[in-house]
Amino acid sequence: MRSDTETPRAAARITRVALQALIDALIARGYAVIGPTVRDGAIVYDQLSTTAELPAGWTDEQAPGRYRLQRRDDDALFGFAVGPHSWKRYLHPPMETLWTARSSADGFDFSAAPSPTEKYAFLGVRACELQAIAIQDRVFQHDRFRDTAYAARRDNALIVAVHCAQPASTCFCSSMQSGPKARGAFDLALTELLDAERHDFLVEVGSPAGAELLDSLAAAEATRADLDAADAVIAQAERRMGRTIDSSVFRERLRDRAEHPRWTEVADRCLSCGNCTMVCPTCFCTTVEDHTDLSGAQAERVRKWDSCFTMEFSYIHGGSVRQSTGARYRQWMTHKLSSWVDQFGSSGCVGCGRCIAWCPVGIDIAAEATAICADTPPTPGATP
Amino acid sequence: MTVAVADPMLPQRYRVTHAQRLLDDTVSLRLTPQDGELPSWQPGQFNMLYAFGVGESAISISGADDNGFEHTVRAVGAVSRAIAALQVGDSIGLRGPFGSAWPVTAAEGADVVFVAGGLGLAPLRPAIEAVLQQRERYGRVVLRVGARRPQDLLFPEALERWRLARDVDIDVSVDHADTQWRGHVGVVTTLIAGARFDPHESIAMVCGPDVMMRFCARSLHDEGVADDRIYLSMERNMKCAIGLCGHCQFGPSFICKDGPVMRYDTIADRLNVREL
Ligand SMILES: Cc1cc2nc3c(=O)[nH]c(=O)nc-3n(C[C@H](O)[C@H](O)[C@H](O)COP(=O)(O)OP(=O)(O)OC[C@H]3O[C@@H](n4cnc5c(N)ncnc54)[C@H](O)[C@@H]3O)c2cc1C
Ligand code: SF4
Ligand code: SF4
Ligand code: FES
Repeated sequence: MRSDTETPRAAARITRVALQALIDALIARGYAVIGPTVRDGAIVYDQLSTTAELPAGWTDEQAPGRYRLQRRDDDALFGFAVGPHSWKRYLHPPMETLWTARSSADGFDFSAAPSPTEKYAFLGVRACELQAIAIQDRVFQHDRFRDTAYAARRDNALIVAVHCAQPASTCFCSSMQSGPKARGAFDLALTELLDAERHDFLVEVGSPAGAELLDSLAAAEATRADLDAADAVIAQAERRMGRTIDSSVFRERLRDRAEHPRWTEVADRCLSCGNCTMVCPTCFCTTVEDHTDLSGAQAERVRKWDSCFTMEFSYIHGGSVRQSTGARYRQWMTHKLSSWVDQFGSSGCVGCGRCIAWCPVGIDIAAEATAICADTPPTPGATP
Repeated sequence: MTVAVADPMLPQRYRVTHAQRLLDDTVSLRLTPQDGELPSWQPGQFNMLYAFGVGESAISISGADDNGFEHTVRAVGAVSRAIAALQVGDSIGLRGPFGSAWPVTAAEGADVVFVAGGLGLAPLRPAIEAVLQQRERYGRVVLRVGARRPQDLLFPEALERWRLARDVDIDVSVDHADTQWRGHVGVVTTLIAGARFDPHESIAMVCGPDVMMRFCARSLHDEGVADDRIYLSMERNMKCAIGLCGHCQFGPSFICKDGPVMRYDTIADRLNVREL
């Protein structure tokens, strides 16, 4: 073995062209390949079958209340941060039938919805999104009760991660210990290696399924230079991280500062639109709707994404618990950054910045949390 | 621990085998499983009851026998109205039981103080029955009940039976008396101070509207009952009852799985925060 090719970790290199072979191999194995693509001025996730559908040469410029696509001066396929979609729309779909019931001689009979059979391959999962998936796994699969439909979709899913090269100004994954380097459970992880001479991907293997896939591709063994180039990509992403915050104080201080005047100040701007909860890759709240058909003989229960920003969310007879916008914003942020830790052992925020960019009035969770958790507590007696 | 239940979202079929109107807007139903046995349960837990095509509500278990659960339902909206309108022979969907229980066993050897406001007597009833069935295992037993008006008093026969039972100190207060009422008038909280129990050797179980529970917990505390010996049954909007929909959150707690019965010392701070 030559020492200059000796590698400390198992990795291979494929060309941009071979990426199509990866997609083909996934499709041949029965996967619906879901990946980033440009639609209506944003990079969204959708089913795709060719690399031509990937957002080649596009990047996303993001700021509080702002998301714009821009042309890059290269042809990077993954040269953007994150868009309004997250993988939760596939694993925890926005709408799902839980069961149906039909009236019978014996009253009525329930039938559980058939177990999901979708087999997804996610192409281009960022580090922060891997962490978001792990967080939802904890909620849906490793709590007292298990969401069997989620578990079935999750078991079937294959993950091709991409280490982030291009954080947006709204990103703070390194402050939430979730990125930019993908560390979670992936099957394969890619690093895009792009310069004047080449357009390749370093491929790391994270599972037997990933190894089997890689074997089927025309992959070269990665050289030390490839590995160094990949490390440099991640290091420069780390350096360009939009913001750094101290998240270590959030759990205690958000819990203890429920009466901070800042909550009502945010409420003056917040529209209670719930956009932040819809784009967040970890928000999991749902409501249910019960329907009957016209004859009244058939009924069903449908589960839909819900948002803690609606008035109905906390309704109990006599009125909603959280009447004010401030109380609802406080519930959302405190859940994400504080009570989530008590409930599930980690923060509920991965620092992806989606809620910041997609908030119509540009409310910035990182800035708000930092202000509320400042070292100097609010002046006692200040009106909450 | 993750529970391997068949599908905790799928209701089981139950049949109404007894129905009784208790108040203008409140009925008591006995629900018997159509398939299989009655699941095991504990006082304080609740079931999710499903009215065909209308929806589901969290309803506490107010009693049970070998034949089924008893539920006491007040008609306040679409779902509870549909449930309250069910007749003997009708089918209903049921998921459960869910949630935490009253500390009936933990209270053995201690004085037990029950405080109920309005419909709050329903979730407390199986705990009271359990204590009275093994009366010798407990010290003094005190029950304080509050109702809006004399005619709103829940379970008058049971109250009479308990009153006749050995050694139970029962007192009732109403907010608005009529000419025949000879009992107390005012909030039930005021009946706590006069009761005879050893505050240092007592366990208190309180169920009623939010405000009532807060004041009761404070009175019990002022009487000298330690906060970790006071239990309240919390109420929040619930869509799933299994910790997955997020609706029932109360700070870090999910009322559906960490509650509804919660120890006062673990929630006292939060109870003082408005709109939490
Ligand atoms: C743990 C627990 C135990 C309960 N035990 C009983 C009981 O023994 N008897 C009884 O009559 N009622 C009980 N309730 C209250 C009962 O669940 C509500 O009255 C019922 O859900 C109202 O639904 P609705 O559609 O009839 O009314 P609407 O007012 O139309 O309600 C609309 C929606 O709001 C929610 N909601 C409204 N009120 C409440 C409430 N008080 N608590 C929780 N969610 C609410 C429900 O999701 C409901 O679907 C209990 C609630 C909880 C959380
Ligand atoms: S709270 Fe905002 S930054 Fe955090 S994970 Fe959700 S969308 Fe991303
Ligand atoms: S914080 Fe922004 S996105 Fe979230 S509910 Fe308020 S206005 Fe909408
Ligand atoms: S009722 Fe759904 S999480 Fe508690």
